Amino acid sequence: MPLDSVALAAIWLTFKLASVTTLVLLLIGTPIAWWLARTTSRMKGPIGAVVALPLVLPPTVLGFYLLVAMGPNGFIGQFTQSIGLGTLPFTFAGLVVGSVFYSLPFVVQPLQNAFEAIGERPLEAAATLRAGPWDTFFSVVLPLARPGFITASILGFAHTVGEFGVVLMIGGNIPGQTRVVSVQIYDHVEAMEYAQAHWLAGGMLLFSFLVLLVLYGSRLKQGWRG
Amino acid sequence: MSGAASNSGIHARFRLDYADFSLDVDLQLPGRGVTALFGHSGSGKTTLLRCVAGLERSGLGQLTVNGERWQNNAQNLFVPPHRRSIGYVFQEANLFAHLSVSRNLEFGMRRVPAPQRRVALEQAVELLGIDHLLERMPDRLSGGERQRVGIARALLSSPRLLLMDEPLAALDLKRKSEILPYLERLHDELDIPVLYVSHSPDEVARLADHVVLLEQGRAIAQGELRETLARLDLPTAFSDDAGVVIEGEIASHDAHYHLTRLTFPGGEVLVSQRPEALGQRLRFRVHARDVSLALQRAEGSSITNLLPARVEAMVAADTPAHVLIRLDAGGTPLLARITRRSADQLAITPGQALWAQIKTVALLG
Repeated sequence: MPLDSVALAAIWLTFKLASVTTLVLLLIGTPIAWWLARTTSRMKGPIGAVVALPLVLPPTVLGFYLLVAMGPNGFIGQFTQSIGLGTLPFTFAGLVVGSVFYSLPFVVQPLQNAFEAIGERPLEAAATLRAGPWDTFFSVVLPLARPGFITASILGFAHTVGEFGVVLMIGGNIPGQTRVVSVQIYDHVEAMEYAQAHWLAGGMLLFSFLVLLVLYGSRLKQGWRG
Repeated sequence: MSGAASNSGIHARFRLDYADFSLDVDLQLPGRGVTALFGHSGSGKTTLLRCVAGLERSGLGQLTVNGERWQNNAQNLFVPPHRRSIGYVFQEANLFAHLSVSRNLEFGMRRVPAPQRRVALEQAVELLGIDHLLERMPDRLSGGERQRVGIARALLSSPRLLLMDEPLAALDLKRKSEILPYLERLHDELDIPVLYVSHSPDEVARLADHVVLLEQGRAIAQGELRETLARLDLPTAFSDDAGVVIEGEIASHDAHYHLTRLTFPGGEVLVSQRPEALGQRLRFRVHARDVSLALQRAEGSSITNLLPARVEAMVAADTPAHVLIRLDAGGTPLLARITRRSADQLAITPGQALWAQIKTVALLG
């Protein structure tokens, strides 16, 4: 059997992690992207750079700092302990936190681009038509930025699926809890189980290709229509 | 909310300083009819309009509209745009691209409580002639259609003040003439005060009742349209385009020569035959450069429109070769732009009686 129960558990965990991470990212990435798109503050540059850091940092560096911060003496760890959650490393919640940082730019940047493309004008039109700021966000900004939200979700999800270094640093390798597909592949290779590694690696390859196909295909269509 | 200022009319006092531009105005405008904010680009007219709408937050000052106080920085009062009862028509319509025409129209309407709605959807649709467009998306509309939808959308939020920012500027001549009649109907059928930003003397002459002349962020003149256009001390704004607006009544049609006779206080003019019925009122413009002067009633001339007039004043025009002369044609002010040489030969003096020959009458309708 090509995919045994261990492999299926890894796939399910990966799917769960990517879904939860994407959801969290949309919730916290939207206000960050909105702020970055509209602010004239001098903090725009530094904040934008911090958001983009995971693009260039080795995942082990990010994972290392997160491990320290979420550990018993780190500031995140002390906070989670004080509210009775214990420490996050080597738990699913810890993986989510790590993934959120790791995939942040892949969600924030498409959203920021979408918000910037909308510009000031529809917002002003809405304001002169009695729509308050929240009303305007939901009735004008969200629908106009829909392509940006789709791109952000796909990229955030796919990038989290492809995560390896951060998981290994803060999640370790606990079956059913933190052992995602990429880690599972690593395990198989270490154990010289190339056949199993092939099945999972091939699956990842296909998945990634399909995601990009959907993404670029829809962009092309939009390009033709406009 | 009722302000200390007068209960009708618009009191707008704004100061705003940018690196390359400043606005400093203190205006008392009528609370009804169409008030044109007129000036060249960069004169601050759009900025002023945006201040009134609350879209330009950096403008400091006071704003009271028909008794409602919308802004007073001294008292930390700033009513945000969505709480001001305004309708705003943007230069390029600015429709919501993701909504059909009818959803665009309903956007503002649905956000106004039903008892406060004073314009019905059918009324606005009929007034702007957009019945056949309701199901379309904005990207399937022509520029003129888009602008008409934009105007209807603004009206449907039942504004107490309609702000129009060069609604015709982005359109070609043909589209302009397509929309102007709708704007005139608006003026005639709805009793909503309008602030109308424009740099086109023709548009202002055709639509406005009151005009504010802006130059480099300052209001250099304001007043009733005909009075203001006939003023001699404002050559910079109008320069080559100086002229007056006269409202005449159709007195007769001449079927043989295909001419229509328009009468007004102090005289009459003949124009190419008009379709309008007798008694209808029409505005027309007489450019100063189209008025020449003669001491006697000219005989043997092809110019048919002659008016007896009296010289009121004379000033230098925009070129050293010309002068501008203000005339009183039996109660109707006229401007004439003639060469300084002709003025000397005719020995123009205030009080002098002479004949004004009008070469062309530009009808605005």
